[in-house]
Formats: sequence, C-alpha cells, structure tokens
Amino acid sequence: MNTPVIELRELVKTYQTGEVEVKAVRGVTLNIQRGEFVAIMGASGSGKSTLMNTLGCLDQPSGGTYRLDGVAVAGLDRRELAKLRNKKLGFVFQSFNLLSRTSAQDNVELPLFYTQPLVTLRERRQRAMEALEKVGLGSRGGHHPSQLSGGQQQRVAIARALVNRPELVLADEPTGNLDTRTSIEIMGLFQELNEAGITIVMVTHELDVAAYCKRIVVMRDGQVISDTLNGNRRTARQELATLNDAEQTARLG
Amino acid sequence: MFTLIQIIFVRSGQTALIALRALRRNKLRSSLTALGIIIGVASVVAMVAVGNGAQARITSQISALGQNLLTVFAGSKHSGGVNSGLGSASSITLADAAAIAREVTDVVAMSPEISTTAQAIANGRNWSTSIVGESPDYLKIRDWKLAAGSMFTERDTRGAVKVAVIGSKTANELFGPLNPVGQSVRIKNIPFVIIGLLESKGAGMGGQNQDDRIIIPYTTAMKRLTGDKYLRSVNLQIISASRMEAAQQQLTSLLRQRHRLTTGQDDDFNIFNQKEIADTVNSVSRIITLLLGAVAGISLLVGGIGIMNIMLVSVTERTREIGIRIAVGAQPGDIRLQFLIEAVTLSLLGGLIGVLSGVGAAQLVGVVADFHAVVSTGSIILAFGVSTAIGVFFGLYPAHKAAALNPIEALRYE
Repeated sequence: MNTPVIELRELVKTYQTGEVEVKAVRGVTLNIQRGEFVAIMGASGSGKSTLMNTLGCLDQPSGGTYRLDGVAVAGLDRRELAKLRNKKLGFVFQSFNLLSRTSAQDNVELPLFYTQPLVTLRERRQRAMEALEKVGLGSRGGHHPSQLSGGQQQRVAIARALVNRPELVLADEPTGNLDTRTSIEIMGLFQELNEAGITIVMVTHELDVAAYCKRIVVMRDGQVISDTLNGNRRTARQELATLNDAEQTARLG
Repeated sequence: MFTLIQIIFVRSGQTALIALRALRRNKLRSSLTALGIIIGVASVVAMVAVGNGAQARITSQISALGQNLLTVFAGSKHSGGVNSGLGSASSITLADAAAIAREVTDVVAMSPEISTTAQAIANGRNWSTSIVGESPDYLKIRDWKLAAGSMFTERDTRGAVKVAVIGSKTANELFGPLNPVGQSVRIKNIPFVIIGLLESKGAGMGGQNQDDRIIIPYTTAMKRLTGDKYLRSVNLQIISASRMEAAQQQLTSLLRQRHRLTTGQDDDFNIFNQKEIADTVNSVSRIITLLLGAVAGISLLVGGIGIMNIMLVSVTERTREIGIRIAVGAQPGDIRLQFLIEAVTLSLLGGLIGVLSGVGAAQLVGVVADFHAVVSTGSIILAFGVSTAIGVFFGLYPAHKAAALNPIEALRYE
C-alpha cells in the first residue's frame, strides 16, 4: 500500500473575477505520502491558499488531476466532495472556526454528525472525548469557545479535525492568530500528532512556523519553486525550553 | 432499504434538534416571527368562525319562520304620497285564500292572516300588543309549539269563537308567573278566553319580538275586531322545498287572473318565498365569510413573508456556521433541511398558537356580542395546513440559499 495521500499532476486552478481571468495555480505536481508533515509556504498571492482549498476538496481544480488517497477528485459533485471531506480530511483554520454558541464537546462532534453510516450518539460522545484528550483538553468539553483561550480554541479545532480519523489534516495558518508561546505549543501538538502517524499539510507564510515541519514546499506565482526536506527542523520541546530560559533571564535582569 | 429509512429519520431528528436549538437561542426573534403567523392563523380561524356563526344564526331565524313557507302579502297602499307598506292595500280577500287552497297544488296548509294592534287588558294590567288572526294551521306552518293548553280548532274558526292563544312575552306582561291558560283577556273590550300559551321563539328576522302577540281565529278577528273583509296576508306551507318555485308561479298567475291584472300591470301583491330568501341570505353570508377569510389569509401571507425575511437574515448571519458545517462534510441536503425545519417549526408553532388564540377570540366574540361563533374543523385544518405550507414555501428559498453557499467564501465571511 504505497498510495500517496495526495497526488497532484499538473494541477491548474483559474478564477474568473469580473472579466479578468486569474491563474491562481499554474501546474503544480506534488506527491505527499502518509506520515509526512509538509509546510506550503509563499507570499500572499502565491496561490498557496487556492492550492489548499483544492486539496481540501472545497473547490474543484480547473485542470490536471488530483487524487486524494487514490480517489480522483475531478468530476465529483458537491455531495461526493462533502463525503470525502467528512471521511478523509480534517480542517484547522487560522480563525479556529468553532461554532460559538456550542460547547467544545459538541464542536468536536460536528463532523461525526454528518458521517454515513450514522455514528450513534454514544460513540460520538466517546470519540469526541478521546479527541479532546488527545489535544489536552479532556476536562474542558463543556466549555463554550468564549470561555477558552485562543490556544485552547485552536486545540478544540484540532480535536474536531481528528475526530473522524482522517487520512490528512489540513491546517491553514493555524498559528496566525496566536502569540509566540501558544504558537509553539500548537506546533508541538502537531509534531506529536505527526509522530503518532497523522499526515499534516500546513499553509503558512512564516518561516518560523514552517521550521517545525519535515518538508517545506515554496510557491510563487502559482507554481512550486522549491520542495525540500527540512534539514534544520525545530522541535517545540526545545523551543519552549529556550523560551522559558529567556523569560527567566529577563526576569533576573 | 431499512438503513436508508433509518438514516433519513435519525438525520432528520438530529437536524431538527439543531434547528430547534437555533430557534431557542433567538427567543425574542423567533416569537416575533411566529407572531406574524399567529395573528394570521388566529384571524382566519376567528373570522371564519364569526362568519359561520352569523350564517348559522340567520339560517336558524329563517327556518324558525316555518317549513317551506310561502306568504302572499297584499300590496302597499298609497294615499296622498304616503305609502303604508306591505299588506296595507285591500287586495287579498278570503275568496282569494279559498281559491289558493283549491287551485294551487302542493299546498299542505294555509292560514289567512289579519293583524292589528290593540290594548290587551287582563289581571288588572294592560299591554299594547299585536293581535293576529290566523287559522288553526298556523302553528303547523310556522313550526311553532304550545307550552301549555291547546290551539283553537276549525270549529272555533267557523264559529268565530272568542278564544286566544297568547305569546310568552305578552303572557308575562299581563300575568307574570301565573298560568294564563283559562284566564280571560279583554281586547277592545271584548273578552277572550285564553286556551293556549305559545312557546318562546325569540326575535324574528326583522328584530321584532315574535313572542309579543295574541293569536285568535281569523274569522273572529275580521268580524269582531277589524270589521275588515281584506286580509293582510296568506301563509302557505308547500309540500317540499323543491316544489316551492312552481307553487309560487301558480300562485302568481292565479292571483293576477283573479285580480284581473293585464300584462304590463304590476302585481298588487307580494310573495315572500322562504327558500328564496334563505338561499340569498346563505349565499350572501357565504361570500362574507369567504371575504373575511380572504382578508385574514392575506395577513397569513404577510406572516409568511416575515418568516422568509427572518430566515434570510438568519442565513446571512450564520454564513460562517454554514461554511463550517459544509467544510466538515455536511451535505447540501443537511443544510437545506436544517433551515427548512427552522422555518416550518416557526410556522407550525405559530399555527398552533394561532388556532388556539383564534378559537379563544371566537369564544370571546361570542360572549361579548351574545353570539354563537362556530369554529369549524375545516378552517382549523386549513389554517394549519396553509401555515405549514407557508413555512415550507417561504423557507425553501432561504434554505436553498444556505445550501448553495460556497464554503470557501462562507468561511471567510465576517
């Protein structure tokens, strides 16, 4: 079983904005294997977000092929895309995108709600609980997003992404709204999850964040301009220790 | 197959739960939206109930006149520009009445009528009342019963005997709680023996009190009270409702012939056809009920537009929520169902409360206006059905709009 989780061949995505045709992605070929931890980098307008939306089956490519876990995505209708997102993908967004008036537990359960065949209420509860424990929020299931810190909210979102045991977690600037320390903690969580075997693809424009990933893909003008393994990988554990030391020093000084 | 049904049911149940939760979160807004439907449904139910009540009342007043009643009135008398009204002209005689009984087929009962107003004196009291001369058939024609005593007979009529049957109101005025039967009453100084007491019949069609009268044999009235040889009217009972029109035609041609009226000359009499009146009144009141219902229906429509409005606002407000749901795998159908259930719940709830308050309002009208409003099951079912249909109809577009949202844009929506 050596099917790549993601297999892109000459992927093209064009938009029609008014009379102007925008070529957001112009021929991207990319394979991502199970267990990888990839950062897609690029300035704004580089096409990385468009690529992400296509990878996330929120959008159909205009040309080329995209196979997600061996399934050709082109030609699938909205319903089939929805099924694919539900079963094979987990999303983590910059702005968390939790349902604000719903408890953390219910937020995590949300994808299971739309899963076919049906997941029983009991199993939903149990799996949401497990996912919350995985992100270190086992005791916060009853809290509403407004009662949680930004980092905690992002953890809830990650738990939601994990709850349906996806093939792939897609994260779009997951640390964009978080402070340095919390960002490191969240990246630490991603590293842990990746070590546990979960494939993660992350879009970011910060080198600091990309440095935690195993592989870095850089895009410009809708094309991949570099695709390298990260030889200089940071680990969140070390970074946190450094940060703690620095704070200690600052306090002493 | 079984699992499919299961999926549909359980899913709908879960989706309904989401929808209800959303409605509960916006209690004030939900109740104001439902209020539009509540008012619409309540007014449909109440209006139709009031309309039906009015119709039932008029119908019962008409049927209280008797069964298959045809009344021939003498024409009106003009003298010096003064019109004395129906029955005042001297055109119908006893001979006419006899001819009618003889020649018009399908007449089962006949009563010539003379009426006058006089002071009745009895028991040391006096009371001005209408004195009506009739035949013994009169009670049968008018479908009127006696509360006590008996009606005068054919023999009393032939002999112009001084007997009377008294209305309940008149009896009460003259005798109070005493039983009037067997008592004597003086009319224009002539003593009459009261042999019967009429059952109370209430207000007639013109609003006059039918219980305030004394009925005596028409012969007695003509000979001893009025001295007149003309009749005010002739009351006829026809064998069945279907024969009434034919009887009326026969009657008209007979009287025209007897009164020697040439073509082009107006009738010198008027015929009151109970069935005709009942039909007219029924169709008029049906139109009024329909009109009331239609006006109320418009408010129901306005309520429906209110639901659509709020649902559209709700979809816009929750764009992000919809985006999240779609992103994690909600099918377009799930989203559509969620918003549709919200709309239908609003309208059903509004319909339920509306029916209850409509029935309440109808009862209130009944109490205040001393009037029996008739709440029909049909109008309740209709109002309910229409309000649900309105929920579906006006919820469909917002629900469709929600389901068709592009998740990428929805997630970016601020």
